[in-house]
Amino acid sequence: MTAQYSVYALAGGLLVGFAFHALAIHTHVLKRILAWNTLGSAAFLVFGAIARRNTGAPDPVPHAIVITGIVVAISSTALALALARRIDEENKK
Amino acid sequence: MSGALPILIGGPFAAAMVSFLFTGAIGRALSVLLATASAVAALATSIEVMRSGVQIHALAGWGAPLGIELRIDGLAMLMLLLTAGISLAVTTFAAGYLKGDAQPHFWPLWYFLWGALNTVFLVSDIFSLYVCLELITLAAVGGTALSGDRIALSASLRYLMSAIMGSLAYLLGVAMIYAQVGTLDLTQLSGRLGSSWSSGAALSLVTAGLAMKTALFPLHFWLPAAHSLAPAPISAALSAMVVKASFYVLLRFWFQLSEPTSNQLAAHLLGALGMAAVLWGSVQAALQERLKLVVAYSTVAQIGYLFFIFPLFGGALAAGRSEWAQEAWKGGIILILAHAVAKSAMFLVSGALLQTFGSDRISDLKGAAVRAPLTLAAWGIAGISLIGLPPSGGFIAKWLLLTTAIRQEYWLYVAVLLLGGLLASVYVFRVLWHSFLTPEEMPSVSRIPGSMSISILALTVVLLLMGLRPAIPLEFTLIGIPLPAGDLR
Repeated sequence: MTAQYSVYALAGGLLVGFAFHALAIHTHVLKRILAWNTLGSAAFLVFGAIARRNTGAPDPVPHAIVITGIVVAISSTALALALARRIDEENKK
Repeated sequence: MSGALPILIGGPFAAAMVSFLFTGAIGRALSVLLATASAVAALATSIEVMRSGVQIHALAGWGAPLGIELRIDGLAMLMLLLTAGISLAVTTFAAGYLKGDAQPHFWPLWYFLWGALNTVFLVSDIFSLYVCLELITLAAVGGTALSGDRIALSASLRYLMSAIMGSLAYLLGVAMIYAQVGTLDLTQLSGRLGSSWSSGAALSLVTAGLAMKTALFPLHFWLPAAHSLAPAPISAALSAMVVKASFYVLLRFWFQLSEPTSNQLAAHLLGALGMAAVLWGSVQAALQERLKLVVAYSTVAQIGYLFFIFPLFGGALAAGRSEWAQEAWKGGIILILAHAVAKSAMFLVSGALLQTFGSDRISDLKGAAVRAPLTLAAWGIAGISLIGLPPSGGFIAKWLLLTTAIRQEYWLYVAVLLLGGLLASVYVFRVLWHSFLTPEEMPSVSRIPGSMSISILALTVVLLLMGLRPAIPLEFTLIGIPLPAGDLR
Protein backbone atom coordinates (compact mmCIF):
# COMPACT_ATOMS: atom_id res chain seq x y z
CA MET A 1 0.00 0.00 0.00
CA THR A 2 1.31 3.44 -0.85
CA ALA A 3 2.25 5.25 2.33
CA GLN A 4 -0.07 8.22 2.05
CA TYR A 5 -3.11 5.95 1.94
CA SER A 6 -2.15 3.61 4.74
CA VAL A 7 -3.33 6.32 7.15
CA TYR A 8 -6.88 5.36 6.08
CA ALA A 9 -6.25 1.72 6.83
CA LEU A 10 -4.82 2.62 10.23
CA ALA A 11 -7.83 4.87 10.94
CA GLY A 12 -10.05 1.94 10.01
CA GLY A 13 -8.21 -0.29 12.47
CA LEU A 14 -8.60 2.36 15.17
CA LEU A 15 -12.35 2.60 14.49
CA VAL A 16 -12.65 -1.18 14.85
CA GLY A 17 -11.13 -0.82 18.30
CA PHE A 18 -13.50 2.01 19.24
CA ALA A 19 -16.50 0.04 18.03
CA PHE A 20 -15.62 -3.07 20.02
CA HIS A 21 -14.95 -0.93 23.07
CA ALA A 22 -18.37 0.70 22.75
CA LEU A 23 -20.04 -2.68 22.27
CA ALA A 24 -18.33 -3.98 25.39
CA ILE A 25 -19.35 -1.14 27.74
CA HIS A 26 -22.75 0.03 26.46
CA THR A 27 -26.04 -1.79 26.91
CA HIS A 28 -28.34 0.90 25.53
CA VAL A 29 -29.73 -0.32 22.26
CA LEU A 30 -29.17 2.91 20.31
CA LYS A 31 -25.54 3.07 21.38
CA ARG A 32 -25.05 -0.52 20.33
CA ILE A 33 -26.60 0.16 16.94
CA LEU A 34 -24.27 3.15 16.54
CA ALA A 35 -21.34 0.98 17.59
CA TRP A 36 -21.84 -1.62 14.90
CA ASN A 37 -22.44 1.10 12.36
CA THR A 38 -19.02 2.43 13.32
CA LEU A 39 -17.64 -1.06 12.84
CA GLY A 40 -19.18 -1.18 9.38
CA SER A 41 -17.70 2.21 8.48
CA ALA A 42 -14.33 0.97 9.69
CA ALA A 43 -14.55 -1.97 7.29
CA PHE A 44 -15.48 0.40 4.44
CA LEU A 45 -12.56 2.65 5.25
CA VAL A 46 -10.22 -0.33 5.12
CA PHE A 47 -11.66 -1.24 1.71
CA GLY A 48 -11.10 2.33 0.57
CA ALA A 49 -7.44 2.11 1.52
CA ILE A 50 -7.13 -1.29 -0.18
CA ALA A 51 -8.28 0.30 -3.45
CA ARG A 52 -5.03 2.28 -3.49
CA ARG A 53 -2.75 -0.57 -2.47
CA ASN A 54 -0.81 -0.36 -5.73
CA THR A 55 0.54 2.76 -7.39
CA GLY A 56 -1.38 3.87 -10.46
CA ALA A 57 -5.12 3.98 -10.99
CA PRO A 58 -7.24 2.95 -7.99
CA ASP A 59 -8.82 -0.53 -8.04
CA PRO A 60 -12.60 -0.13 -8.62
CA VAL A 61 -13.63 -3.44 -7.04
CA PRO A 62 -13.32 -2.27 -3.38
CA HIS A 63 -15.38 0.81 -4.31
CA ALA A 64 -18.15 -1.41 -5.63
CA ILE A 65 -17.92 -3.46 -2.45
CA VAL A 66 -18.25 -0.37 -0.25
CA ILE A 67 -21.33 0.83 -2.15
CA THR A 68 -23.00 -2.57 -1.78
CA GLY A 69 -21.92 -2.71 1.84
CA ILE A 70 -23.50 0.66 2.59
CA VAL A 71 -26.80 -0.54 1.15
CA VAL A 72 -26.67 -3.62 3.38
CA ALA A 73 -25.71 -1.51 6.42
CA ILE A 74 -28.59 0.92 5.85
CA SER A 75 -31.14 -1.89 5.52
CA SER A 76 -29.98 -3.67 8.65
CA THR A 77 -29.83 -0.42 10.62
CA ALA A 78 -33.37 0.37 9.53
CA LEU A 79 -34.56 -3.06 10.66
CA ALA A 80 -32.75 -2.74 13.99
CA LEU A 81 -34.24 0.72 14.61
CA ALA A 82 -37.73 -0.48 13.70
CA LEU A 83 -37.39 -3.40 16.13
CA ALA A 84 -36.03 -1.11 18.86
CA ARG A 85 -38.98 1.27 18.44
CA ARG A 86 -41.51 -1.56 18.57
CA ILE A 87 -39.88 -2.90 21.74
CA ASP A 88 -40.04 0.58 23.25
CA GLU A 89 -43.75 0.85 22.39
CA GLU A 90 -44.46 -2.57 23.88
CA ASN A 91 -42.60 -1.58 27.06
CA LYS A 92 -44.73 1.54 27.46
CA LYS A 93 -47.99 -0.42 27.30
CA MET B 1 -28.48 -26.11 -17.39
CA SER B 2 -28.22 -22.35 -17.62
CA GLY B 3 -31.97 -22.26 -18.20
CA ALA B 4 -32.64 -23.66 -14.73
CA LEU B 5 -30.27 -21.34 -12.84
CA PRO B 6 -32.20 -18.05 -13.22
CA ILE B 7 -35.30 -19.84 -11.92
CA LEU B 8 -33.39 -21.15 -8.89
CA ILE B 9 -32.55 -17.61 -7.83
CA GLY B 10 -35.33 -15.61 -9.45
CA GLY B 11 -38.26 -17.90 -8.66
CA PRO B 12 -38.41 -17.39 -4.87
CA PHE B 13 -37.54 -13.67 -5.13
CA ALA B 14 -40.29 -13.15 -7.70
CA ALA B 15 -42.62 -15.09 -5.40
CA ALA B 16 -41.69 -12.77 -2.54
CA MET B 17 -42.50 -9.71 -4.63
CA VAL B 18 -45.80 -11.16 -5.87
CA SER B 19 -46.94 -12.21 -2.41
CA PHE B 20 -46.06 -8.76 -1.06
CA LEU B 21 -48.01 -6.90 -3.73
CA PHE B 22 -50.99 -9.23 -4.14
CA THR B 23 -52.25 -10.73 -0.90
CA GLY B 24 -55.35 -12.30 -2.46
CA ALA B 25 -55.86 -15.89 -3.56
CA ILE B 26 -54.44 -15.33 -7.05
CA GLY B 27 -51.28 -13.72 -5.69
CA ARG B 28 -50.88 -16.59 -3.25
CA ALA B 29 -51.29 -19.21 -5.97
CA LEU B 30 -48.88 -17.42 -8.32
CA SER B 31 -46.21 -17.08 -5.65
CA VAL B 32 -46.48 -20.76 -4.70
CA LEU B 33 -46.12 -21.62 -8.38
CA LEU B 34 -43.00 -19.45 -8.78
CA ALA B 35 -41.39 -20.89 -5.67
CA THR B 36 -42.22 -24.45 -6.68
CA ALA B 37 -40.62 -23.78 -10.05
CA SER B 38 -37.33 -23.16 -8.22
CA ALA B 39 -37.62 -26.54 -6.50
CA VAL B 40 -38.11 -28.17 -9.90
CA ALA B 41 -35.11 -26.22 -11.21
CA ALA B 42 -33.04 -27.58 -8.30
CA LEU B 43 -34.00 -31.10 -9.32
CA ALA B 44 -33.17 -30.45 -12.99
CA THR B 45 -29.79 -28.96 -12.07
CA SER B 46 -28.99 -31.90 -9.83
CA ILE B 47 -29.54 -34.32 -12.71
CA GLU B 48 -27.11 -32.20 -14.74
CA VAL B 49 -24.51 -32.28 -11.95
CA MET B 50 -24.92 -36.04 -11.56
CA ARG B 51 -24.37 -36.50 -15.32
CA SER B 52 -21.51 -34.16 -16.00
CA GLY B 53 -19.94 -33.05 -12.71
CA VAL B 54 -19.24 -29.55 -11.42
CA GLN B 55 -21.18 -26.82 -13.23
CA ILE B 56 -19.86 -23.29 -13.65
CA HIS B 57 -21.94 -20.42 -14.96
CA ALA B 58 -20.70 -16.86 -15.49
CA LEU B 59 -23.53 -14.40 -14.80
CA ALA B 60 -24.31 -12.34 -17.92
CA GLY B 61 -21.26 -13.86 -19.58
CA TRP B 62 -18.85 -12.03 -17.27
CA GLY B 63 -16.43 -14.52 -15.80
CA ALA B 64 -14.26 -14.19 -12.71
CA PRO B 65 -12.43 -12.11 -11.55
CA LEU B 66 -14.58 -9.18 -12.69
CA GLY B 67 -17.94 -10.92 -12.93
CA ILE B 68 -19.66 -13.18 -10.46
CA GLU B 69 -19.55 -16.89 -11.13
CA LEU B 70 -22.07 -19.44 -10.02
CA ARG B 71 -20.50 -22.77 -9.23
CA ILE B 72 -22.37 -25.94 -8.37
CA ASP B 73 -20.50 -28.95 -7.06
CA GLY B 74 -21.89 -31.92 -5.16
CA LEU B 75 -22.03 -30.11 -1.82
CA ALA B 76 -23.80 -27.08 -3.30
CA MET B 77 -26.19 -29.39 -5.13
CA LEU B 78 -27.12 -31.30 -1.98
CA MET B 79 -27.72 -28.01 -0.15
CA LEU B 80 -29.94 -26.78 -2.99
CA LEU B 81 -31.95 -30.01 -3.00
CA LEU B 82 -32.24 -29.82 0.78
CA THR B 83 -33.45 -26.22 0.62
CA ALA B 84 -35.99 -27.16 -2.05
CA GLY B 85 -37.33 -30.12 -0.09
CA ILE B 86 -37.54 -28.45 3.29
CA SER B 87 -38.92 -25.24 1.85
CA LEU B 88 -41.70 -27.14 0.10
CA ALA B 89 -42.57 -28.89 3.38
CA VAL B 90 -42.47 -25.63 5.34
CA THR B 91 -44.60 -23.84 2.73
CA THR B 92 -47.22 -26.60 2.88
CA PHE B 93 -47.16 -26.54 6.67
CA ALA B 94 -47.38 -22.76 6.92
CA ALA B 95 -50.44 -22.64 4.66
CA GLY B 96 -52.33 -24.60 7.30
CA TYR B 97 -50.59 -23.31 10.41
CA LEU B 98 -50.78 -19.54 10.04
CA LYS B 99 -53.89 -17.60 10.95
CA GLY B 100 -55.31 -15.32 8.25
CA ASP B 101 -53.91 -12.02 9.54
CA ALA B 102 -50.35 -13.37 9.92
CA GLN B 103 -50.18 -14.61 6.32
CA PRO B 104 -49.54 -11.32 4.42
CA HIS B 105 -46.49 -10.65 6.58
CA PHE B 106 -45.18 -14.19 6.55
CA TRP B 107 -45.08 -15.02 2.85
CA PRO B 108 -42.82 -12.26 1.47
CA LEU B 109 -40.28 -12.82 4.27
CA TRP B 110 -40.40 -16.55 3.78
CA TYR B 111 -39.84 -16.42 0.02
CA PHE B 112 -37.00 -13.91 0.46
CA LEU B 113 -35.40 -16.34 2.89
CA TRP B 114 -35.82 -19.20 0.43
CA GLY B 115 -34.30 -17.18 -2.44
CA ALA B 116 -31.39 -15.98 -0.31
CA LEU B 117 -30.63 -19.56 0.75
CA ASN B 118 -30.61 -20.74 -2.86
CA THR B 119 -28.27 -17.91 -3.81
CA VAL B 120 -25.77 -18.50 -1.02
CA PHE B 121 -25.29 -22.08 -2.20
CA LEU B 122 -24.77 -20.98 -5.81
CA VAL B 123 -22.40 -18.04 -5.68
CA SER B 124 -18.68 -18.63 -5.67
CA ASP B 125 -17.49 -15.18 -4.69
CA ILE B 126 -16.61 -14.30 -1.12
CA PHE B 127 -18.19 -10.83 -1.20
CA SER B 128 -21.43 -12.03 -2.79
CA LEU B 129 -21.52 -14.63 -0.03
CA TYR B 130 -21.48 -11.75 2.47
CA VAL B 131 -24.42 -10.07 0.75
CA CYS B 132 -26.37 -13.35 0.66
CA LEU B 133 -25.70 -14.05 4.33
CA GLU B 134 -26.98 -10.56 5.19
CA LEU B 135 -30.07 -11.12 3.08
CA ILE B 136 -30.71 -14.35 4.95
CA THR B 137 -30.25 -12.53 8.27
CA LEU B 138 -32.68 -9.74 7.40
CA ALA B 139 -35.38 -12.17 6.26
CA ALA B 140 -34.79 -14.51 9.21
CA VAL B 141 -34.88 -11.72 11.79
CA GLY B 142 -38.08 -10.36 10.28
CA GLY B 143 -39.58 -13.84 10.48
CA THR B 144 -38.54 -14.24 14.11
CA ALA B 145 -40.30 -10.99 15.05
CA LEU B 146 -43.56 -11.97 13.32
CA SER B 147 -45.55 -12.68 16.46
CA GLY B 148 -44.93 -9.07 17.52
CA ASP B 149 -44.87 -9.64 21.28
CA ARG B 150 -42.18 -8.09 23.41
CA ILE B 151 -40.07 -11.19 24.12
CA ALA B 152 -40.02 -12.21 20.47
CA LEU B 153 -39.05 -8.67 19.44
CA SER B 154 -36.19 -8.56 21.94
CA ALA B 155 -35.00 -12.00 20.84
CA SER B 156 -35.00 -10.96 17.19
CA LEU B 157 -33.15 -7.73 17.92
CA ARG B 158 -30.49 -9.69 19.78
CA TYR B 159 -30.37 -12.17 16.90
CA LEU B 160 -29.91 -9.28 14.44
CA MET B 161 -27.12 -7.70 16.49
CA SER B 162 -25.22 -10.97 16.85
CA ALA B 163 -25.63 -11.86 13.19
CA ILE B 164 -24.39 -8.43 12.08
CA MET B 165 -21.38 -8.64 14.38
CA GLY B 166 -20.59 -11.96 12.74
CA SER B 167 -21.04 -10.53 9.27
CA LEU B 168 -18.79 -7.55 9.94
CA ALA B 169 -16.02 -9.78 11.27
CA TYR B 170 -16.42 -11.82 8.09
CA LEU B 171 -16.31 -8.66 5.96
CA LEU B 172 -13.08 -7.47 7.59
CA GLY B 173 -11.59 -10.89 6.86
CA VAL B 174 -12.68 -10.59 3.24
CA ALA B 175 -11.02 -7.16 3.04
CA MET B 176 -7.74 -8.60 4.27
CA ILE B 177 -7.92 -11.51 1.84
CA TYR B 178 -8.67 -9.21 -1.07
CA ALA B 179 -5.78 -6.92 -0.14
CA GLN B 180 -3.41 -9.90 -0.36
CA VAL B 181 -4.63 -11.83 -3.35
CA GLY B 182 -6.61 -9.28 -5.36
CA THR B 183 -9.53 -11.51 -6.24
CA LEU B 184 -12.82 -12.46 -4.61
CA ASP B 185 -13.51 -15.61 -6.57
CA LEU B 186 -13.30 -18.76 -4.45
CA THR B 187 -11.86 -20.91 -7.23
CA GLN B 188 -9.18 -18.37 -8.09
CA LEU B 189 -8.35 -17.86 -4.43
CA SER B 190 -7.85 -21.57 -3.85
CA GLY B 191 -4.29 -22.32 -2.82
CA ARG B 192 -3.14 -18.71 -3.26
CA LEU B 193 -3.55 -17.64 0.34
CA GLY B 194 -0.14 -18.09 1.87
CA SER B 195 0.56 -18.87 5.50
CA SER B 196 1.52 -15.34 6.50
CA TRP B 197 0.24 -13.86 9.74
CA SER B 198 -2.20 -11.64 7.86
CA SER B 199 -3.83 -14.55 6.04
CA GLY B 200 -4.06 -16.30 9.40
CA ALA B 201 -5.72 -13.22 10.91
CA ALA B 202 -8.08 -12.96 7.95
CA LEU B 203 -9.11 -16.60 8.25
CA SER B 204 -9.55 -16.22 12.02
CA LEU B 205 -11.85 -13.23 11.52
CA VAL B 206 -13.87 -15.10 8.91
CA THR B 207 -14.07 -18.20 11.08
CA ALA B 208 -15.09 -16.28 14.21
CA GLY B 209 -17.74 -14.33 12.32
CA LEU B 210 -19.21 -17.44 10.74
CA ALA B 211 -19.05 -19.35 14.04
CA MET B 212 -21.15 -16.56 15.54
CA LYS B 213 -23.72 -16.88 12.77
CA THR B 214 -23.68 -20.70 13.00
CA ALA B 215 -24.14 -20.43 16.80
CA LEU B 216 -21.12 -22.52 17.76
CA PHE B 217 -20.80 -22.78 21.55
CA PRO B 218 -20.16 -20.34 23.32
CA LEU B 219 -21.43 -17.96 20.61
CA HIS B 220 -24.83 -19.67 20.63
CA PHE B 221 -26.41 -17.35 23.25
CA TRP B 222 -28.79 -15.74 20.74
CA LEU B 223 -30.06 -19.00 19.24
CA PRO B 224 -32.41 -20.65 21.78
CA ALA B 225 -34.61 -17.56 22.27
CA ALA B 226 -34.74 -16.65 18.58
CA HIS B 227 -35.40 -20.19 17.33
CA SER B 228 -38.00 -20.98 19.96
CA LEU B 229 -39.95 -17.69 19.79
CA ALA B 230 -40.31 -17.58 16.00
CA PRO B 231 -43.47 -19.05 14.47
CA ALA B 232 -43.01 -22.83 13.95
CA PRO B 233 -42.47 -22.73 10.15
CA ILE B 234 -39.80 -20.02 10.56
CA SER B 235 -38.19 -21.93 13.45
CA ALA B 236 -37.97 -24.97 11.21
CA ALA B 237 -36.22 -22.98 8.48
CA LEU B 238 -33.91 -21.25 10.98
CA SER B 239 -32.68 -24.45 12.59
CA ALA B 240 -32.63 -26.54 9.45
CA MET B 241 -31.22 -24.14 6.89
CA VAL B 242 -30.16 -20.73 8.16
CA VAL B 243 -27.41 -21.89 10.53
CA LYS B 244 -26.26 -24.35 7.84
CA ALA B 245 -25.83 -21.56 5.31
CA SER B 246 -23.09 -19.90 7.34
CA PHE B 247 -21.59 -23.30 8.12
CA TYR B 248 -21.53 -24.02 4.40
CA VAL B 249 -19.56 -20.81 3.81
CA LEU B 250 -17.17 -21.86 6.56
CA LEU B 251 -16.64 -25.23 4.84
CA ARG B 252 -15.81 -23.39 1.61
CA PHE B 253 -13.22 -21.24 3.36
CA TRP B 254 -11.56 -24.10 5.19
CA PHE B 255 -11.44 -26.65 2.44
CA GLN B 256 -11.47 -24.72 -0.81
CA LEU B 257 -9.45 -21.70 0.16
CA SER B 258 -6.89 -22.72 2.74
CA GLU B 259 -4.73 -25.80 3.04
CA PRO B 260 -6.69 -28.08 5.43
CA THR B 261 -3.56 -29.60 6.96
CA SER B 262 -1.83 -26.31 7.73
CA ASN B 263 -4.03 -25.24 10.64
CA GLN B 264 -4.64 -28.43 12.60
CA LEU B 265 -4.39 -26.55 15.90
CA ALA B 266 -7.23 -24.20 14.95
CA ALA B 267 -9.19 -27.20 13.65
CA HIS B 268 -8.89 -28.93 17.02
CA LEU B 269 -9.99 -25.71 18.73
CA LEU B 270 -13.15 -25.75 16.60
CA GLY B 271 -13.54 -29.45 17.38
CA ALA B 272 -13.19 -28.79 21.12
CA LEU B 273 -15.84 -26.05 20.98
CA GLY B 274 -17.98 -28.50 19.04
CA MET B 275 -17.59 -31.09 21.79
CA ALA B 276 -18.52 -28.51 24.43
CA ALA B 277 -21.55 -27.58 22.31
CA VAL B 278 -22.70 -31.22 22.11
CA LEU B 279 -22.49 -31.71 25.87
CA TRP B 280 -23.83 -28.30 26.93
CA GLY B 281 -26.63 -28.20 24.33
CA SER B 282 -27.83 -31.74 25.07
CA VAL B 283 -27.90 -31.21 28.84
CA GLN B 284 -29.76 -27.91 28.44
CA ALA B 285 -32.21 -29.56 26.03
CA ALA B 286 -32.96 -32.24 28.60
CA LEU B 287 -33.69 -29.60 31.26
CA GLN B 288 -36.12 -27.40 29.32
CA GLU B 289 -39.82 -27.27 30.14
CA ARG B 290 -41.01 -26.00 26.79
CA LEU B 291 -40.95 -28.20 23.72
CA LYS B 292 -39.60 -25.58 21.32
CA LEU B 293 -36.75 -24.76 23.68
CA VAL B 294 -35.84 -28.46 23.81
CA VAL B 295 -35.62 -28.48 20.04
CA ALA B 296 -33.66 -25.20 19.95
CA TYR B 297 -31.06 -26.41 22.46
CA SER B 298 -30.83 -29.65 20.56
CA THR B 299 -29.78 -27.55 17.55
CA VAL B 300 -26.95 -26.06 19.63
CA ALA B 301 -25.80 -29.63 20.35
CA GLN B 302 -26.14 -30.96 16.82
CA ILE B 303 -24.21 -28.01 15.38
CA GLY B 304 -21.36 -29.11 17.63
CA TYR B 305 -21.00 -32.39 15.72
CA LEU B 306 -20.67 -30.50 12.43
CA PHE B 307 -17.47 -28.87 13.67
CA PHE B 308 -15.85 -32.30 14.12
CA ILE B 309 -15.34 -32.33 10.35
CA PHE B 310 -12.45 -29.82 10.63
CA PRO B 311 -10.10 -31.83 12.88
CA LEU B 312 -11.16 -35.19 11.42
CA PHE B 313 -10.63 -34.12 7.80
CA GLY B 314 -7.39 -32.27 8.47
CA GLY B 315 -6.05 -35.03 10.72
CA ALA B 316 -6.66 -37.66 8.07
CA LEU B 317 -4.88 -35.61 5.43
CA ALA B 318 -1.98 -34.94 7.79
CA ALA B 319 -1.70 -38.70 8.28
CA GLY B 320 -1.70 -39.09 4.50
CA ARG B 321 -4.93 -41.10 4.46
CA SER B 322 -7.26 -39.33 2.07
CA GLU B 323 -9.82 -42.17 2.31
CA TRP B 324 -10.27 -41.30 5.99
CA ALA B 325 -10.67 -37.66 5.03
CA GLN B 326 -13.31 -38.76 2.57
CA GLU B 327 -15.24 -40.45 5.38
CA ALA B 328 -15.12 -37.29 7.50
CA TRP B 329 -16.30 -35.21 4.54
CA LYS B 330 -19.17 -37.58 3.73
CA GLY B 331 -20.17 -37.90 7.37
CA GLY B 332 -20.19 -34.14 7.94
CA ILE B 333 -22.30 -33.41 4.88
CA ILE B 334 -24.79 -36.21 5.52
CA LEU B 335 -25.09 -34.89 9.07
CA ILE B 336 -25.98 -31.44 7.71
CA LEU B 337 -28.73 -33.03 5.62
CA ALA B 338 -30.00 -35.42 8.27
CA HIS B 339 -30.06 -32.80 10.98
CA ALA B 340 -31.84 -30.33 8.73
CA VAL B 341 -34.60 -32.79 7.87
CA ALA B 342 -34.95 -34.10 11.44
CA LYS B 343 -34.89 -30.66 13.02
CA SER B 344 -37.41 -29.13 10.64
CA ALA B 345 -39.68 -32.12 11.32
CA MET B 346 -39.29 -31.57 15.07
CA PHE B 347 -40.12 -27.86 14.91
CA LEU B 348 -43.13 -28.58 12.72
CA VAL B 349 -44.21 -31.25 15.22
CA SER B 350 -43.87 -28.70 18.03
CA GLY B 351 -46.04 -26.31 16.06
CA ALA B 352 -48.62 -29.01 15.39
CA LEU B 353 -48.71 -30.02 19.07
CA LEU B 354 -49.00 -26.37 20.08
CA GLN B 355 -52.06 -26.02 17.88
CA THR B 356 -53.57 -29.34 18.91
CA PHE B 357 -53.21 -28.85 22.67
CA GLY B 358 -52.90 -25.08 22.95
CA SER B 359 -49.64 -25.37 24.89
CA ASP B 360 -46.07 -26.38 24.22
CA ARG B 361 -45.19 -27.22 27.81
CA ILE B 362 -43.94 -30.79 28.05
CA SER B 363 -45.97 -31.36 31.22
CA ASP B 364 -49.15 -30.53 29.26
CA LEU B 365 -48.47 -33.31 26.77
CA LYS B 366 -50.03 -36.05 28.90
CA GLY B 367 -52.31 -38.16 26.76
CA ALA B 368 -50.85 -36.78 23.56
CA ALA B 369 -49.79 -40.23 22.38
CA VAL B 370 -53.48 -41.20 22.25
CA ARG B 371 -54.78 -37.94 20.84
CA ALA B 372 -52.05 -37.19 18.29
CA PRO B 373 -50.31 -40.52 17.60
CA LEU B 374 -49.03 -39.67 14.13
CA THR B 375 -47.48 -36.38 15.22
CA LEU B 376 -45.65 -38.08 18.07
CA ALA B 377 -44.53 -40.91 15.80
CA ALA B 378 -42.91 -38.26 13.63
CA TRP B 379 -41.21 -36.83 16.74
CA GLY B 380 -39.92 -40.33 17.51
CA ILE B 381 -38.51 -40.89 14.04
CA ALA B 382 -36.84 -37.49 13.97
CA GLY B 383 -35.48 -38.28 17.43
CA ILE B 384 -34.04 -41.59 16.22
CA SER B 385 -32.06 -39.71 13.61
CA LEU B 386 -30.81 -37.15 16.12
CA ILE B 387 -29.68 -39.93 18.46
CA GLY B 388 -28.05 -41.68 15.54
CA LEU B 389 -29.94 -44.98 15.47
CA PRO B 390 -30.63 -46.91 12.25
CA PRO B 391 -32.44 -46.65 9.91
CA SER B 392 -32.05 -42.93 9.53
CA GLY B 393 -29.83 -40.32 7.92
CA GLY B 394 -28.40 -39.45 11.32
CA PHE B 395 -27.14 -43.00 11.77
CA ILE B 396 -25.23 -42.99 8.47
CA ALA B 397 -23.64 -39.63 9.28
CA LYS B 398 -22.58 -40.52 12.81
CA TRP B 399 -21.34 -43.93 11.69
CA LEU B 400 -19.01 -42.33 9.16
CA LEU B 401 -17.74 -39.75 11.66
CA LEU B 402 -17.29 -42.42 14.30
CA THR B 403 -15.39 -44.70 11.91
CA THR B 404 -12.92 -42.06 10.87
CA ALA B 405 -12.47 -40.84 14.47
CA ILE B 406 -11.69 -44.39 15.62
CA ARG B 407 -9.26 -44.96 12.73
CA GLN B 408 -7.41 -41.77 13.62
CA GLU B 409 -7.52 -42.71 17.32
CA TYR B 410 -9.18 -39.46 18.35
CA TRP B 411 -10.79 -41.08 21.38
CA LEU B 412 -12.20 -37.86 22.83
CA TYR B 413 -14.25 -37.28 19.68
CA VAL B 414 -15.38 -40.91 19.76
CA ALA B 415 -16.49 -40.53 23.38
CA VAL B 416 -18.43 -37.33 22.70
CA LEU B 417 -20.09 -38.84 19.61
CA LEU B 418 -21.34 -41.76 21.71
CA LEU B 419 -22.24 -39.72 24.79
CA GLY B 420 -24.03 -37.13 22.67
CA GLY B 421 -26.28 -39.83 21.25
CA LEU B 422 -27.09 -41.02 24.75
CA LEU B 423 -27.91 -37.49 25.92
CA ALA B 424 -30.07 -36.93 22.84
CA SER B 425 -32.09 -40.00 23.73
CA VAL B 426 -32.81 -38.42 27.13
CA TYR B 427 -34.54 -35.37 25.71
CA VAL B 428 -36.23 -37.26 22.87
CA PHE B 429 -37.68 -39.95 25.14
CA ARG B 430 -38.56 -37.49 27.90
CA VAL B 431 -41.11 -35.93 25.56
CA LEU B 432 -42.41 -39.33 24.43
CA TRP B 433 -42.63 -40.51 28.03
CA HIS B 434 -44.79 -37.52 29.03
CA SER B 435 -47.03 -38.07 26.06
CA PHE B 436 -47.72 -41.65 27.15
CA LEU B 437 -48.72 -40.69 30.71
CA THR B 438 -52.42 -40.89 31.45
CA PRO B 439 -53.89 -37.55 32.48
CA GLU B 440 -56.78 -37.22 34.96
CA GLU B 441 -58.94 -36.09 32.08
CA MET B 442 -58.14 -36.36 28.41
CA PRO B 443 -56.96 -32.99 27.02
CA SER B 444 -59.32 -31.25 24.67
CA VAL B 445 -57.83 -31.10 21.22
CA SER B 446 -58.39 -28.99 18.16
CA ARG B 447 -58.02 -30.61 14.77
CA ILE B 448 -55.08 -29.51 12.67
CA PRO B 449 -55.31 -29.01 8.90
CA GLY B 450 -54.23 -31.96 6.74
CA SER B 451 -51.48 -29.94 5.06
CA MET B 452 -49.62 -29.77 8.36
CA SER B 453 -49.67 -33.54 8.88
CA ILE B 454 -48.69 -34.20 5.28
CA SER B 455 -45.60 -32.00 5.44
CA ILE B 456 -44.46 -33.57 8.73
CA LEU B 457 -44.92 -37.09 7.36
CA ALA B 458 -43.09 -36.23 4.14
CA LEU B 459 -40.07 -35.08 6.14
CA THR B 460 -39.97 -38.27 8.22
CA VAL B 461 -40.22 -40.42 5.09
CA VAL B 462 -37.22 -38.56 3.62
CA LEU B 463 -35.33 -39.12 6.85
CA LEU B 464 -35.95 -42.87 6.77
CA LEU B 465 -35.09 -43.06 3.07
CA MET B 466 -31.76 -41.38 3.79
CA GLY B 467 -31.03 -44.23 6.17
CA LEU B 468 -32.25 -46.98 3.86
CA ARG B 469 -30.87 -45.64 0.56
CA PRO B 470 -27.84 -43.51 1.51
CA ALA B 471 -26.00 -44.22 -1.75
CA ILE B 472 -27.46 -41.28 -3.70
CA PRO B 473 -26.51 -38.45 -1.31
CA LEU B 474 -23.16 -40.15 -0.64
CA GLU B 475 -22.45 -40.20 -4.36
CA PHE B 476 -23.20 -36.48 -4.56
CA THR B 477 -20.80 -35.56 -1.76
CA LEU B 478 -17.86 -36.80 -3.85
CA ILE B 479 -18.49 -34.46 -6.82
CA GLY B 480 -15.96 -31.69 -6.40
CA ILE B 481 -14.66 -32.95 -3.03
CA PRO B 482 -11.67 -30.82 -1.98
CA LEU B 483 -9.11 -33.63 -2.22
CA PRO B 484 -6.35 -34.05 -4.80
CA ALA B 485 -7.95 -35.80 -7.77
CA GLY B 486 -5.53 -38.74 -7.71
CA ASP B 487 -6.62 -39.63 -4.19
CA LEU B 488 -10.20 -40.37 -5.15
CA ARG B 489 -11.18 -43.98 -5.20
